[in-house]
Amino acid sequence: MSRVARHIASIAALGILILISATGARAQTVHGLPDIGRGADTKPNTRVGRADAGKPEYTRYCAGCHGDRGDGMGENTQWIDPKPRDFTQATFKCRSTPSGSLPTDQDIINTMRRGIVNSNMPQWRPLTDQTQADILAYIKTFSPRWKTEKPGTPVEIPPETPVTTESILAGRAMYQKFECWKCHGVEGRGDGPSAASLTDSKDQPIHPYDFTTGTRFKCGTTNADLYRIFMTGLDGTPMASFADNIKGNQGWDLVHYLRTLQPIRTPEAALWKTWLAAHASELKPIGPPESGRN
Amino acid sequence: MRIELVASVALCALTSMALTPIHHSAGGTVAGKVTYTGTPPKMKPIDMAKEPSCAKEHPTPVMNESVVTGPGNALGDVVVYISAGGPASAPPAAQATFDQKGCQYIPHVLALQAGQKLEIRNDDQTSHNIHPLSKVNPEWNKSQPPGAPPIEVAYDKPEFIPVKCNVHPWMHGYFAVLNTSHSAVTGDDGSFSLTGLPPGKYTVTAWQERFGTQSQEVTITGNETAKLDFVLKATEY
Repeated sequence: MSRVARHIASIAALGILILISATGARAQTVHGLPDIGRGADTKPNTRVGRADAGKPEYTRYCAGCHGDRGDGMGENTQWIDPKPRDFTQATFKCRSTPSGSLPTDQDIINTMRRGIVNSNMPQWRPLTDQTQADILAYIKTFSPRWKTEKPGTPVEIPPETPVTTESILAGRAMYQKFECWKCHGVEGRGDGPSAASLTDSKDQPIHPYDFTTGTRFKCGTTNADLYRIFMTGLDGTPMASFADNIKGNQGWDLVHYLRTLQPIRTPEAALWKTWLAAHASELKPIGPPESGRN
Repeated sequence: MRIELVASVALCALTSMALTPIHHSAGGTVAGKVTYTGTPPKMKPIDMAKEPSCAKEHPTPVMNESVVTGPGNALGDVVVYISAGGPASAPPAAQATFDQKGCQYIPHVLALQAGQKLEIRNDDQTSHNIHPLSKVNPEWNKSQPPGAPPIEVAYDKPEFIPVKCNVHPWMHGYFAVLNTSHSAVTGDDGSFSLTGLPPGKYTVTAWQERFGTQSQEVTITGNETAKLDFVLKATEY
């Protein structure tokens, strides 16, 4: 075989490999989405981190945005929206723990690995578990809360209930009752009546999540992630915790409804589409009761 | 009627006995008035059209409450409290209550002691989210739909915490979490009274959300009432 032929053969082999792996990924799709890194993001990181080892790693990878002092005032911050997290407050969006409590170590590791969609926070999956743990240990030196408080107890998520029309309808009623539409809009477009005035805890304007263009969420991709988001709330943002008002399997109803709003092929959306084709006229529109809606 | 009156007087007496630590029943008082100099900003009416269930509760539009004034330059919603020299006291058993009604916070400024139980109620027909923007204490954000049970919390550390509702951006209030049970929030007439002070030298501080703080020293020797007035400088913006 000539050198050129060998080259062509190896490129072809590579192509086949890529094809195979792509098909493999395709076979594992969740709700029509390529299953990129699911499981890898939330795989437990059991390494014990050392702050002194984390400091140079933090300086190299994180300080550009989060700042040398962890105050979210790195040299890139002025160009970034949404703004980088200020670690001196120890207030974190993505947690498994109740609103106001510290997240677990794994919560922060998960955020590092998955990055934050619609922001400048990239995925840091290439960093080793040890480096992630070291950086985490260093991040914790920025707020005294880590010395005096323990992370909250993670919100309990029961096993998911079956996706049924009844569940979706119950979730839709919750979307109306809990006034999710005030921010997220009657169709989930993030254009509710309160959307324009929303600010985060640092008085920066912030957009509510647009379900109709979004596939991933800030804090995950799965149904359980979605459940967790509205139960814990995203601290530091207008997104409140609903844990006092949504209990157990009720949460799955809301998850099932929210999935129908997204531009992805989900079992919920398929079922909903079929049901709507015959029953759309029976639905009262979502929105303010006074306007004759609902 | 009479029985009712007697019963309620007895109940009041009982409650105050139960709630007031012994050393409060006697002692000195610091009383006075808070006024302003200069020109305070004009408060604007709040447009609640986006929340009809609240708008209809107010026949005349509600004004923004960040500066509340009365006749004679009186300044309301000022927290006056013992900031130094006060006797250490356990948080009162009585809970502080913060109500959401007509898409307003009642009271607009709530003074409470660190560790004291705080009950937050929703008396509206709309969902609120209660979002106290604390920096020293952990920051939380909870939703409270109509008819939901009260939210019970406590703050461990002293801090003046702005409170807002993200759904209704005009809603704005304060938790004044203090290290003392000796505090008062002035009414529209600007007057306040701190009672039950044992003899000693105290620093009394007045805090207004827009005009900042001012402190004065006062000495109590017995059961007298020391007069203490505050004049805060109004800043337009």
